[in-house]
Amino acid sequence: MTTIGVLGLQGAVREHVRSIEACGANALVIKKAEQLDQVDGLIMPGGESTTMRRLIDLYGFMEPMKAFAEAGKPMFGTCAGLILLAKDLVGYDEPHLGVMDVLVERNSFGRQKESFESNLNVTGLEEPYNAVFIRAPHIVSAGPSTQVLAMHNDRIVLARDGQFLGCSFHPELTEDHRLTKYFVEMVESAPVSV
Amino acid sequence: MNTGTDRVKRGMAEMQKGGVIMDVVNAEQAKLAEEAGAVAVMALERVPSDIRAAGGVARMADPRIVEEVMNAVSIPVMAKARIGHITEARVLESMGVDYIDESEVLTPADEEYHLLKSDFTVPFVCGCRDLGEATRRIGEGAAMLRTKGEPGTGNIVEAVRHLRKVNAQVRRVVHMTKDEIMTEAKLLGAPFELLLEIKELGRLPVVNFAAGGVATPSDAALMMELGADGVFVGSGIFKSDNPEKFARAIVQATTHYQDYELIAKISKELGSAMKGMEISSLSLEDRMQERGW
Repeated sequence: MTTIGVLGLQGAVREHVRSIEACGANALVIKKAEQLDQVDGLIMPGGESTTMRRLIDLYGFMEPMKAFAEAGKPMFGTCAGLILLAKDLVGYDEPHLGVMDVLVERNSFGRQKESFESNLNVTGLEEPYNAVFIRAPHIVSAGPSTQVLAMHNDRIVLARDGQFLGCSFHPELTEDHRLTKYFVEMVESAPVSV
Repeated sequence: MNTGTDRVKRGMAEMQKGGVIMDVVNAEQAKLAEEAGAVAVMALERVPSDIRAAGGVARMADPRIVEEVMNAVSIPVMAKARIGHITEARVLESMGVDYIDESEVLTPADEEYHLLKSDFTVPFVCGCRDLGEATRRIGEGAAMLRTKGEPGTGNIVEAVRHLRKVNAQVRRVVHMTKDEIMTEAKLLGAPFELLLEIKELGRLPVVNFAAGGVATPSDAALMMELGADGVFVGSGIFKSDNPEKFARAIVQATTHYQDYELIAKISKELGSAMKGMEISSLSLEDRMQERGW
């Protein structure tokens, strides 16, 4: 059975676990880098990206996570997780993991009082998807290999670059598991998965 | 497109889980907190232990301080308004503060009514000592809770008491039969529908942090052990010998609250924690936890 890890340093970890299980896969909360060996794919949850980065450095997650990406294993970043995945960040010289070919801007919809929910049309999903945006980032531009899967008011908010899936919003905050299901299928069909 | 929905307000608190929210009084402290890995900062004019020492009326911070902190960091900024002070809360909302704490640490502006927090677009966090207080605050629209503890004392005993109480009462409701819930609602002074929701969910419908007395990494880890979703640290950081070390250590202990070897390691050579205070040395009027209704 497919096992999907949720980076458990901080943020909406429990919600992702629930969603993965609802999709019929195993979930494992990753608190130590060694645990990455036990999973076929990894979700990086919403939370505070600055905090997660501090903890990633502190606990030596950076190299093992880069190796995980190089091994071709699928990774899904939601909100803060998207910021961790992006190759380029507006206003920063260095990215975090820097593996997904997108340029991302942090807090690009404004502060908390501008946070919102909205229905999105997502490529591949028949019905609209209710997306929750909280102090959300957005994808300013995407590389040639990146497929744009959803837009909100002309901004890219969901995209896939091969093994990497990233979104501005929080699928874990609703009962709609279609995006998690999409990721589970990515993991199941990934070449490295046994 | 909808702003200020329950999902957006409560969701914001979900993103803070497993984290530490630190009290700061200026830009420099805010940056130190962000560097140390805080998930948010609480901008205020004085930390609780200084509020105790100063006496008099404690009010919302000078907006200049709040603005200074907002400009200094990219993590969320919270600020405190007095209980029932509609205008302080509206002023903070207009400034774009990310979360407002309707806080018993400040002198209450209304001794009968709390804010109707559902009227605001900005989300609120409120203090509680038991499930009655917790659910009344949620009923008014609070999107996040924190157990009160006794702020500014560096003594964890009240924080433990309140978190244990809330969690025990939640477990009790979860295991009740439906026909017992109305009487429980009457006894607790709790909205009936919220108790039903807690029974169905098996937990509180909003995130609950611990606050009021955290002074060491072990204190923070203890609150996580007892089931807190995260911790607020007020005086514990900037009243310690070495705020930078304490801030980092408290963040680490919160993430890895059951890794005791790690907590031992990071607790070495921290220097002295803030000076603690025996709760019985405080008269009833001096206990901030008694504020709120």
